[in-house]
Amino acid sequence: MRRKMSLKPITLLLFLSTFFSFGQDEVEHVEVKTDKKTEIKEYIQHHLKDTYDFSLFSYETESGETKHVGFPLPVILWDNGLKVFSSSKLHHGEAVAEVDGNFYKSDHGKIYKTDASGTMNYDEHHHATNHKPLDFSITKNVFTIFAIGLLMFVMFSSMAKKYKKGNGVPSGVGRFLEPIVLYIRDDIAIPNIGKKHYKRYMSFLLTVFFFIWIINLLGLTPLGVNVTNNIAVTLALALLTYLITTFTANKSYWGHIFWMPGVPWPMKIILAPIELLGTVIKPFSLLIRLYANITAGHIVLMSIIGLMFIFKNWLGSSLSFGLAFALSLLELLVAALQAYIFTMLSALYFGSAVEEHHYSDH
Amino acid sequence: MEIPTIVGAGLIVIGAGLGIGKIGGSAMDAIARQPEASGKIQTAMLIAAALIEGIGFAALFAA
Repeated sequence: MRRKMSLKPITLLLFLSTFFSFGQDEVEHVEVKTDKKTEIKEYIQHHLKDTYDFSLFSYETESGETKHVGFPLPVILWDNGLKVFSSSKLHHGEAVAEVDGNFYKSDHGKIYKTDASGTMNYDEHHHATNHKPLDFSITKNVFTIFAIGLLMFVMFSSMAKKYKKGNGVPSGVGRFLEPIVLYIRDDIAIPNIGKKHYKRYMSFLLTVFFFIWIINLLGLTPLGVNVTNNIAVTLALALLTYLITTFTANKSYWGHIFWMPGVPWPMKIILAPIELLGTVIKPFSLLIRLYANITAGHIVLMSIIGLMFIFKNWLGSSLSFGLAFALSLLELLVAALQAYIFTMLSALYFGSAVEEHHYSDH
Repeated sequence: MEIPTIVGAGLIVIGAGLGIGKIGGSAMDAIARQPEASGKIQTAMLIAAALIEGIGFAALFAA
């Protein structure tokens, strides 16, 4: 009896998966013109790029035209004067937008100036040679960053207000976030920076931790935002760490870079350029680590989901489903871990910048 | 040209995997020996693993 009961959900699952794969087959017959593998590859590449509109998904209607679901965002260009227009004019790169007699077209995620018919010129390396105006657009990534900034501001300022009212007793979302804030203070900031200086850096460490964490978690939702996949975003974050380290460093930090104490003088000359390079490499590794981890996670996850459309049978689909589920759980861990590592290493670099050395005569 | 790049990527993954595996194993040993210091050991382990990972990713980009 017991065995029969336990078999039921499995048979149901098998039945359902065959049903779904049959459904897939029918779709497949309509569009045999493109290879599935290259289509999936293109889709993943498209997903990793920033876009000018917030599109959730697109589908093909019965008459064969592609419909996009989402909303447009403003495009802001500087091209002999400020040009502002809605990204719906670009029609996802398919149409030429006309603004004050100028024509713009987006090609591979970048906006170029074109003529009225939208001709693009390419050099021998397939790079567009058209004029590229300065681009300050509110793209999908910028929009998401603004939204998260606003969310964090509202969340934490209301939390702070409640602390004032309740005499330091957390309530609401504060009950969940207080242990994390305390963890960052007691286990990341104080041991690495030291009791004397840690307060100066707390605001940056907390902001960067929650920003990266929330943004990584949002990347796992079906919204399809992926801000930390953008190397410019991680570059900005790492640049902040670098600037803060450089401008708050004390005499002993620079002393250790340019004139390392305790080693013979020929070594000091050799060590100075290496140490100077090291100050740049440290934040550089921060930016590469965050970018590469999140990008790799997204590519692998989407490729596994893509397998479903290549196998097109119940075995492959259920395998891909299980793998994608397991990997999503792993990505949840990675989202928090990367935020932790970034904060941790930033604190470590700040700590080295304000460390005070006491030498005994040896 | 396709094959050498992939071989290089594989070598990088083997190297990084060995390194992180060694760190994880040593951390396990240390925690088993001194369970009360597990917090500190974990932190040190994560930092070392992150540094290796950073180098691994840098090499993967080059490959």
